[in-house]
Amino acid sequence: MLTLEWESEGLQTVGIVVIICASLKLLHLLGLIDFSEDSVEDELEMATVRHRPEALELLEAQSKFTKKELQILYRGFKNECPSGVVNEETFKEIYSQFFPQGDSTTYAHFLFNAFDTDHNGAVSFEDFIKGLSILLRGTVQEKLNWAFNLYDINKDGYITKEEMLDIMKAIYDMMGKCTYPVLKEDAPRQHVETFFQKMDKNKDGVVTIDEFIESCQKDENIMRSMQLFENVI
Amino acid sequence: MAAGLATWLPFARAAAVGWLPLAQQPLPPAPGVKASRGDEVLVVNVSGRRFETWKNTLDRYPDTLLGSSEKEFFYDADSGEYFFDRDPDMFRHVLNFYRTGRLHCPRQECIQAFDEELAFYGLVPELVGDCCLEEYRDRKKENAERLAEDEEAEQAGDGPALPAGSSLRQRLWRAFENPHTSTAALVFYYVTGFFIAVSVIANVVETIPCRGSARRSSREQPCGERFPQAFFCMDTACVLIFTGEYLLRLFAAPSRCRFLRSVMSLIDVVAILPYYIGLLVPKNDDVSGAFVTLRVFRVFRIFKFSRHSQGLRILGYTLKSCASELGFLLFSLTMAIIIFATVMFYAEKGTNKTNFTSIPAAFWYTIVTMTTLGYGDMVPSTIAGKIFGSICSLSGVLVIALPVPVIVSNFSRIYHQNQRADKRRAQQKVRLARIRLAKSGTTNAFLQYKQNGGLEDSGSGEEQALCVRNRSAFEQQHHHLLHCLEKTTPVGPGSLLSSCCPRRAKRRAIRLANSTASVSRGSMQELDMLAGLRRSHAPQSRSSLNAKPHDSLDLNCDSRDFVAAIISIPTPPANTPDESQPSSPGGGGRAGSTLRNSSLGTPCLFPETVKISSL
Repeated sequence: MLTLEWESEGLQTVGIVVIICASLKLLHLLGLIDFSEDSVEDELEMATVRHRPEALELLEAQSKFTKKELQILYRGFKNECPSGVVNEETFKEIYSQFFPQGDSTTYAHFLFNAFDTDHNGAVSFEDFIKGLSILLRGTVQEKLNWAFNLYDINKDGYITKEEMLDIMKAIYDMMGKCTYPVLKEDAPRQHVETFFQKMDKNKDGVVTIDEFIESCQKDENIMRSMQLFENVI
Repeated sequence: MAAGLATWLPFARAAAVGWLPLAQQPLPPAPGVKASRGDEVLVVNVSGRRFETWKNTLDRYPDTLLGSSEKEFFYDADSGEYFFDRDPDMFRHVLNFYRTGRLHCPRQECIQAFDEELAFYGLVPELVGDCCLEEYRDRKKENAERLAEDEEAEQAGDGPALPAGSSLRQRLWRAFENPHTSTAALVFYYVTGFFIAVSVIANVVETIPCRGSARRSSREQPCGERFPQAFFCMDTACVLIFTGEYLLRLFAAPSRCRFLRSVMSLIDVVAILPYYIGLLVPKNDDVSGAFVTLRVFRVFRIFKFSRHSQGLRILGYTLKSCASELGFLLFSLTMAIIIFATVMFYAEKGTNKTNFTSIPAAFWYTIVTMTTLGYGDMVPSTIAGKIFGSICSLSGVLVIALPVPVIVSNFSRIYHQNQRADKRRAQQKVRLARIRLAKSGTTNAFLQYKQNGGLEDSGSGEEQALCVRNRSAFEQQHHHLLHCLEKTTPVGPGSLLSSCCPRRAKRRAIRLANSTASVSRGSMQELDMLAGLRRSHAPQSRSSLNAKPHDSLDLNCDSRDFVAAIISIPTPPANTPDESQPSSPGGGGRAGSTLRNSSLGTPCLFPETVKISSL
């Protein structure tokens, strides 16, 4: 007898609980009750960063491009990045399309850091132009300076062997595995050794900017190839 | 992102400067870059609407019309713009592709027109962007299906033409499948329909209670037991007809095994078997019980109506194609029934004198509640039971309402497809008739022109002006071409039909008229060929020749030269363009023999011989 009573009572309770939960859920769906503190601020984060470059005349003065070249460059830039800035992801994508055979993400990362001079995580058009101006129209000194800046990952003014190794590995990664003849595993390391032997004059294990520039200026090949990418625009 | 790559190329090349100090070997020299002219604005005029864009934009895709030097063909030096005589609305999409790198598909345009524009501008349809790709593919598939249906309908025609030597079997089968082809088939069709109806009605009426003639007490018998003989006779007659029909179909079927396995034949068998089983089974008491069950199957005769009604067939086909939705409905219902029945049983267990004696007993309550029938023979009395009962009825409505729209839309789609096919077949005939009329108009113009002596070389200016009433430049050129064709074959003005005196001509004309009438149609046919219509005029010519031998005669004698020119014939097959069969009377130099050949030829060969003769 008691069991029967318990059974029906129990079921009754269960039924009532089910109804209450269902109605609560219904009210929540209708928006009359809020359970969790879902912040509305999520909406604001979606707003994209918009960036407008400085005036054309200013850019012309700052860089070595003519007005027309700046116009062409900006039109292409704006078409690709309507928001006005390039983030690291886009950089990596672009580079991977140019060098599809290997993995260019590491090198793109270093490149991004080199372009992003104010280190705000985004390359705006001004940064873009500044970099291009140096690389395409700058003096040999400026170019070498820029290259040193690229290799110096932590921007402390010295290139260590580890930094160089990272850069070298990134470049070899870009080549991919399908090279002929097949590159050996320690090819980057050997390359670094060669580099340091050439550049490190006082054999202190690091290369400073002066050592770098001096050694490069003595090398015929490097000097000649500096002229390669002159008229890119 | 080809557009993007072009933009970023300077950047990538510049960044290569970073490799320079590390290079162990000298780097290759840069390719000679021609002096860039800087960017300029191009004007593209499409049917009057001017689009202006940077040259760089168009250069992004060098393997298209606008991106390559092909656009120079459309350059108008006077106005300094590129002129295209195409649809400006579509061009908008094409140009946007260059600008944004994504090709969008316009929703309100015909997909065929869009495809043609793409083909013109050198864009591959695979370039359609992801956002529009699915819709584009769907619409294209739909279009292709519709065109395929068109072609099928055209080829199928209204009943395939039977080869003359078809056997009785084939004719019988055709009569069964398409009752509209002959009167006998139609009669048979209606008779079977009538008997199906009679049989079904008899089955139904059998069970109605009739009042006994002697008015004995209040005992009422069903009519079947009051008039057993009458019903038995009617049943026998129906079954005989059905059996006969089934055997005939079995005999006529091209593939007996397939016929035996088809649904309709199974229904036929199920419809007539009970009767025979009833005959064979002796009137035992224990067996007759089982025999009564068999009577139920007589009702399946009503399915035989599906041969007569297309709607029924569509319904059946729909249900078959919605099998998965129906299956899902059934499965979810079963789940829900079991759950709710269990709950209701345990909820109502405590009550005494309850109807919910077991879970299967609760099934009945659940089904009745979920389908919102609510008979009321089983009702919960506890509070818990009532709560769960109400949840059960609410959920029942939802579960049942879900798959129904799917089934409905399926049915509607199939039904409309069928309607469309029928409509198109009806319209096709009208359309073709109209086209034929238009074409014959053109050819009549040519013949008229010839009759008016337009082909006379010695026509003076005024005469010619008279003849040239309202012929466009195109028509002039066209007629001139046909004239040239005729003149290509060597003709003596009367070499063949010099003895074209009426008597012989009449005799010949009867035979000739075969070819003449079909020849004048033949030149029409020639023109038709030129216009690309492949239709056999043989039947037409044969009927018309009987109708108007005089006309052809007149034609023969008046414009004798011209007709002769046409009939000049096949003599030198070498002269004629070699499109006719080589087996044609090529060797025969004698026109007469050729003509005889042609007239003796079978009707189907007429068009071919006619072609030869007109050449």
